[in-house]
Formats: sequence, structure tokens, C-alpha cells
Amino acid sequence: MRRGASLLTAENVAFVIFFLFLLVYPITTDEFSLLNTAYFMAITLIPLSLAMIWGKAGILSFGQTAFFGIGGYLYGIYTLNVLGSGATWIGILVGVLGGGIVAAVLGWFMFYGGINDVFVGLTTLALTLVLQTFMAQTAGDEWMVGEARLNGYNGMYVPQISVGDMPLFGRPLYYLYFVFLIGIYLLLRWLAASRWGYGLLALQENRPRTETFGYNVRLMQVQVFGLAGCIAALSGVLYASWGSYIDPSSMGLTAAITPVIYVAIGGRRSLTAAMISSMILMKLSQSLASTAPEYALVIFGLLALLAVLFVPEGFMAAAFNAIDRWLFRRSAVAPAREAGDVAPGPRPGELT
Amino acid sequence: MLNGVFNAFYQFEVSFSFLFLSAIGLAVIFGMMGVINLAHGEFMMLGAYITTIVATHGVPLIVAVPLAALGVALFGAVVEILVVRRLYGRLLDSVAATWAVGLIMSQGMLILTGPSMQGVSSPFGSFAIGQTSYAWYRVFLGVVSLALIVFLYLLFMKTRYGLRARATIQNAPIARALGVDTARMYTVTFALGSALAGLAGGLFAPTATIVPFFGTNYIVEAFVTVIVGGANALIGTPIAAALLGGIAATLGTEYGLYIARVGLLLATIIVIRVLPQGVTGLIDRWRMRPIESRSTR
Repeated sequence: MRRGASLLTAENVAFVIFFLFLLVYPITTDEFSLLNTAYFMAITLIPLSLAMIWGKAGILSFGQTAFFGIGGYLYGIYTLNVLGSGATWIGILVGVLGGGIVAAVLGWFMFYGGINDVFVGLTTLALTLVLQTFMAQTAGDEWMVGEARLNGYNGMYVPQISVGDMPLFGRPLYYLYFVFLIGIYLLLRWLAASRWGYGLLALQENRPRTETFGYNVRLMQVQVFGLAGCIAALSGVLYASWGSYIDPSSMGLTAAITPVIYVAIGGRRSLTAAMISSMILMKLSQSLASTAPEYALVIFGLLALLAVLFVPEGFMAAAFNAIDRWLFRRSAVAPAREAGDVAPGPRPGELT
Repeated sequence: MLNGVFNAFYQFEVSFSFLFLSAIGLAVIFGMMGVINLAHGEFMMLGAYITTIVATHGVPLIVAVPLAALGVALFGAVVEILVVRRLYGRLLDSVAATWAVGLIMSQGMLILTGPSMQGVSSPFGSFAIGQTSYAWYRVFLGVVSLALIVFLYLLFMKTRYGLRARATIQNAPIARALGVDTARMYTVTFALGSALAGLAGGLFAPTATIVPFFGTNYIVEAFVTVIVGGANALIGTPIAAALLGGIAATLGTEYGLYIARVGLLLATIIVIRVLPQGVTGLIDRWRMRPIESRSTR
């Protein structure tokens, strides 16, 4: 937000409604829906991290699920080996930092090596699949890390986050996840509105020009990629702890592409749109899966297709813009060129 | 000893043909149009289904597989006209859109035909050298791969279509100014890439179980080959398939399937880092070398 810009935008109003709804939701509902919503909140961190790197910095990553998996597995390995009260909280830190460090190293490897645009997508996809393939073959007894049994596709047992010796469940668990989600969201909003965030927007539009303005473009790319890795890893930690379980399918091809589709449908340029629409889409896909399992994915695919073809900025982001224009009589920022799509210059395949 | 050599060569040949055949359709579309077709695996699945359905009605495989290629080509042309055409120059959007097309295809097939289908058995039988037996059909796949390379070379370098298609990728506005219908070129090229996917699916159908998620078995290897090969489908893809086929065959016989796959993917990450344009980049650099070094050759 520029200084002087009004806080009264459709996006902010939507966030406040979303916030209040999640805040009072536990009063009105049963334990099962509560846990279910906590699960959604944990997973929504991935689309949120994607909206940050893809929407703000123009980096398309299929690797968020890899960092998710690293976070979940590291948390499990740590908490299985180090017992005692408070271990799970350090375990969260271990998972988050582990995912973040892997992301930062990969980011350094890519961005300082001059890899950009679609090749980042391909490299991160390859990393995700390496991890999935590797974890898939760890079913044997030789794959023990201390007390932790990796267990391949049978899945690894993971202890739950606990206070003292009591595992968290019910409302305390829900509110913990709620605080994580809202906290990360606010952190990202704050970062996106900072000088650094504006630098990210600039480098998405034009890297060489941003560099000539004195920004260290590559460092900024590594920083935002590492940050997004931390967030994705946190998501993995919360997911693994929620179900006491993690397996390699959380890092497969489908898992890597689904959050990208959520963000594309909702609107990648708005953190709020990405967050809220991901929650809605997850709820939708879950209820479709129970009522008409065969048709759920067809409907989902059609929705994604329609979004890409007719509302490329995303359904929810487009709605925000429209409401801003009509209700608040404010000219919304003109949709920028769909950046990150094709950089000016030779297309791939062009032989000069 | 000789048996060992033959066995190694056979493993390599099989890896090469599976990589090449699954990648070539994807590579043609990526190289000629700059579009990453995430529905590639589902196009292969469609080819496998058409082949299986036609073959179980008594049509010989040798007719059924080309029919599958033709059917998938038509389907690809429709997808190009309805979806892909609107997304040129929006690479990431075309990734999302083709993924959605693939999702609709595999789920649609699940609804239409159920979770699996009776397959056809692989023809030609087998032969034995020493104690080991080998399938003729897998040797045949290698022959088809080589024939396909020759066919694509002739198609792109010797025909009117090839000339126009290459003109279109090199500079679409100028090609248009010279009277090339570039929109049609894109449709035909996408259909060609789809046909190659359908052909691969049809050829693999006798070697695999026919399920709606047939494509997911090959899609990763196909991507990896295209990434390593780069945009030039004629030269890059065969070289990449040979390179990766060598890695996969070596690691596969030593350490098993999973480690072979991990090796493939790690090799790919390193190749992207060293050669972001893949093997194609290396060839272009060689072709663009300074004149002096060319004359002293």
C-alpha cells in the first residue's frame, strides 16, 4: 500500500470478514469441522507462499510441495528422536528452517546461475519429483533416522504438537493454526508493502532495469524464495502434526500442481485472493469428493480452464477489482502485463 | 561376456526408445510453439485407449496404432483451436490450461470406461541369448524410434510444411507477411505433436496396463528428456534420450528403478544449471561459433 492510499478496499474488507469468520467459527461448529478447517488453514500456507513468489516476484515454483515435505519429515524425525516437553516446538523450528535452507540453497543455485522464468518451474518440479521418488523407496528397515522410521509409501508416524505432555487438539489446535495462518498473511502483506516488496514487483516486470536501479536482483530472488520455502515447510510441519502422518504422495506431481491451480483460479497478484479462494476451493473439492467423486476433478479442471481463458487475473482478484471500481468509485490499478509469462526476447525454440 | 554386452545394449535401447517416444510429441510442441503441454501424458493415454479398443475388435495392431495417432491428432487440433490458440505468449497460463485439459481427460476417461481396461498382449514373442530372454517388441520400439527421427528430419527439412513451420517459429510476423498462414501452422504443428503422443501411447499400450492415469507413468521421463534436449526436437531430443537412457540403464541394472529415476532427475537439474537451453543450446553455440574458427577447420 502506498502511503495515503485508502485502507478501504474490497481486498481488505474481504480479509476482515474472513478473519472474523474464522475467529468465531469454533463457537458454531462441531469438533470434526473444526479439525477439518484447521487442516485447510495448514495447507493454505502453500498457496499463500506461492502468491508471494509468483504473484509478487514472478517466480513460478512447483517446489513448494518439496519444501512442504522436507518440513514435515524433518519435524517428524526431530520429534521422534528428541523427547520431552517443548520438543515439538523446537521441532517446528527445525522443520521450518530446514525447508527454508534447502529453498535458499536451491534459489542460490538457480538465480545466481541465471535460471529464470519457465526453467525455474522445471527445476523445482524436478526437485519435487526427486524427493518423492527418493522417499518412495524408503520402505525398508534400513531407512531409520535414529528412532524415526521413514517407511516409504506406508507413511511415517509423526508426533503431534503438544504443550507439556498433552497433544493439542480441538479449539487450542484450531487457534494455533489460525494464528500461524493470519500471522504469516500479515507478515507477507507487510513485506509486500515495504521497499523490498516493491523491489520484487519491479524485478517481476523487468530484471535488468531493476538491477540498474541498484537493486541486488539475484539476492532478492534468493531471499523471497527462501522465505517462501520456510512458509511451505511450516505448512508441511502443521500438516504432518495434524494427521500424525506424512507420506511421499504429499510431494507428487498432483500435489505440486494443485496449489498453482488454486492460485491461478483465485488470483496470484493478491495474497488475500489466493488465501481465501484456496480455502474455498479446498472446501469445494472436499464436498465434491464426497458427493460426486468422479466429477469433482472434472469440474475443478473446467473451473481452472475457464479462469485461465477468460479471467486470467483470477476470479477473486477480478471481483476485488470490479468492486473497487464500482462501489468505491476508485480506478483500480490497470492489470499489468501478465508478467512471468514470456520475457521479451527470443521465444524458446527460436533459432537465431 | 558377449551376453553381458548385449544385455547392456538391450537395456540401453529399451530406455532410449521409451524416453524418446514419450518425449518427442512434447518436444515438437515445445520446440515449434513454445508451449508446454501438460496434457501430454493424457494424450498418450488417449492413444493407448484408442489402440486397445480398436485392437480388441479384431483390428491388427499395425493398423490400430496409426489410427490412434490419427485420432489423437484430431483431438489435439480441437484443443489447439479451443484453448491453446488463445494463450500464445502466456506460457504459464498455457501450462495451467493444458493441465486442466489433462485432468478433464483422465477423469472423463475414468467416468466413461471405468478404472481399467483389458489390454492387448504384446506381439512378436521373444528370443533368448544365453540364459536371458528378450522381447522382440522392445527391439521393434527402437526401430520405430530411429524411423521416426528420419521421418521428422525429412518432414521438417524437405517439405513445404516443414519450411513454413520453421519460418513460423523463427519469425511469425515476417512469415505471415510472406503469405504463411501461421495460425494454421500452429494448429497443424500441435496436431503433429499430439499425433506423436498418441503414437507413443499406442505403441506402449501392449506393454502396460490400460488405466485412465496411464500417462502419469511416462510424463516425468518425457519432461526430463525435453528439458535436457532443449527446444530442438530433431537433434536435442534424440541426444537427450540417448544420454538419459544411458544413465537410466546403468543405474537401473545396478541399483534398481527408483535410484535410476533419482539419477535421471538429478542429472536434469545439473543440465538445467549448466545448459539452460539443453543440448540445443550447445548445438546453437557450436553453429554460431566465430567465422575464423570455421574457416581454419
